[in-house]
Amino acid sequence: MATDTAGTTTTTSQGSSMSEANSGPPRVAGSGAAISVRGIGKTYQASAGPVRALLPTDLEVAPGEFVVLLGPSGCGKTTLLRMLAGLISPTEGTIGIGDKPLFTGRNSTPDRDALGSLGFVFQAPNLMPWRKVWRNIALPLEGKGTTRAERRERAAEMARLVGLGDFLDHYPKALSGGMQQRVAIARALIHRPSILLMDEPFGALDAMTRDQMNLLLQQLWLDTGKTIVLVTHSITEAVFLADRVVLLSQRPGRVQDVVDVDFARPRDLAVTAEPHFGEQVGHLRKQLGGHR
Amino acid sequence: MASEPQATKAPHAATDPQTATNPQTATNTQTAPDPRTTTPPGTRRDTGPRWLLWVTTPLILAAFIGGWKLYTILFDIGELILPPPEDVWSALVELLGQPMIYQATYVTFYETMVGFLIAVVVGVTLGIVLGKVRSLERVLSPFLVATQVVPKVAIVPLLLLWFGFGLTSKIFMAAIISFFVMTQNTILGIRSIEPGHRDLMRVIQAPWWKRVVSLDIPAALPAVLTGIELGIVFAITGAIVGEYLGGDEGLGALATVMLASLRTDQLFAVVIIMTLLGFLLYAVVAGIRRFAIPWHESSGRATSL
Repeated sequence: MATDTAGTTTTTSQGSSMSEANSGPPRVAGSGAAISVRGIGKTYQASAGPVRALLPTDLEVAPGEFVVLLGPSGCGKTTLLRMLAGLISPTEGTIGIGDKPLFTGRNSTPDRDALGSLGFVFQAPNLMPWRKVWRNIALPLEGKGTTRAERRERAAEMARLVGLGDFLDHYPKALSGGMQQRVAIARALIHRPSILLMDEPFGALDAMTRDQMNLLLQQLWLDTGKTIVLVTHSITEAVFLADRVVLLSQRPGRVQDVVDVDFARPRDLAVTAEPHFGEQVGHLRKQLGGHR
Repeated sequence: MASEPQATKAPHAATDPQTATNPQTATNTQTAPDPRTTTPPGTRRDTGPRWLLWVTTPLILAAFIGGWKLYTILFDIGELILPPPEDVWSALVELLGQPMIYQATYVTFYETMVGFLIAVVVGVTLGIVLGKVRSLERVLSPFLVATQVVPKVAIVPLLLLWFGFGLTSKIFMAAIISFFVMTQNTILGIRSIEPGHRDLMRVIQAPWWKRVVSLDIPAALPAVLTGIELGIVFAITGAIVGEYLGGDEGLGALATVMLASLRTDQLFAVVIIMTLLGFLLYAVVAGIRRFAIPWHESSGRATSL
């Protein structure tokens, strides 16, 4: 991980200041950002004229960092995340994944290597009902020179990681919503990406399941050291999970505030009762509310 | 509180004849099932006990035959118009003793299957292409509809002219009449693929063939199989209509011979054999459906025509 590139050690990203105060997995600040977004913006061409979804935005995510994009619906946070995943192309600006540009040239398709280091978890689990759990998890490996036995073994490994080791041969419809989303997480991780992008992954779950999933995700992140960018509209979820919360404003989206969160890891649910937690939630809520 | 009396009622509901004939429980296949008679979630929807069909089918059949017999007696119907059931039965037995009936059935079966298989390949492939390339569908849809608006029976003389009185013209008839419904259903199936699944295939960088094999085909399969189920029925109709109108082989041609020699009882017997053949083919296709998509809702219960 620690590829020492001399000279770049002095350029500190936004995330580096907090990562020193953090007791999480080892961070390599300054050895090159995992994701670097420069002046990226998106304008949709609607029949009534152009609609600006996202104003030019800068964002740097350090390797191993957990960044949460928080904002009201329609603030362009999903647009930003989908651009990071190469699902939509930006109308301006550049995205770098590691040291590779995601899009080369205008309107081009995303770079294959850059995409290969990304895993994506959607709002909906998007499981294929005709595939058993393990074959859903193994889908990204198919057609890429792996044998069936290999795929099953790695799917089993991933399933254990998300606590579904006993459900390999179930069909998705036999699983609860939270379990289905765990399968989706396992699927996003199976090709061993260094970055995990998550688009409101727990938005459809009930509050208790959501808490459990937050704890699971934190543990997963601590164990694997992935870089995670998660989109949510829940302020508590954002503060609970994040190293850094990036607050986006109402449409057209722009970065309104960046808040470092430095509670010790692993955090348990008791942290939400701490006064400082409340302060940070309140601070964010005030800014969100002030805009309505 | 409210669920308490309902729960205690449950054991009675099954044995109570009044609730058994309750129209609500009899027809609630679409609406939410009655909580008193419902099975636990995950099991099949309540369509009555397993043995129900084995009792009702013979009963309804017996009532039909009885009514038929009664009608011929009460109104003194000539056997040229409507032979009594026992005459039809003996004609059927007589027919089944002759090798030519098997030959005719085989010919019809052969025409139906070849025409049907051609229609499956052409219809489903066309459906996949048109479903994926929207602009092409727009361009071609008037012509596709045109092939369906033309009364197919009117084409039969042309087919006879082009392909002769042999089996080829009937095979074409079966194919032409059955491909459209399969194309339409395939297009529908391809169109109804969830956008989230498409996004997923893009994110995991699946090549185009992988998207077709792992997403388009399995996702469209329920709709495609519905089209195929309808298609087999159309195909057998097409083959028989073709036989009626020209040629001297197959069940359709046999029926015209019976008509010409005024053997109404044997005509009925031939119709019964056609029906049995149709049933058999439909059952096989419906069985394939259960086997091919065990995960799908529709596989839980028999599809009705």
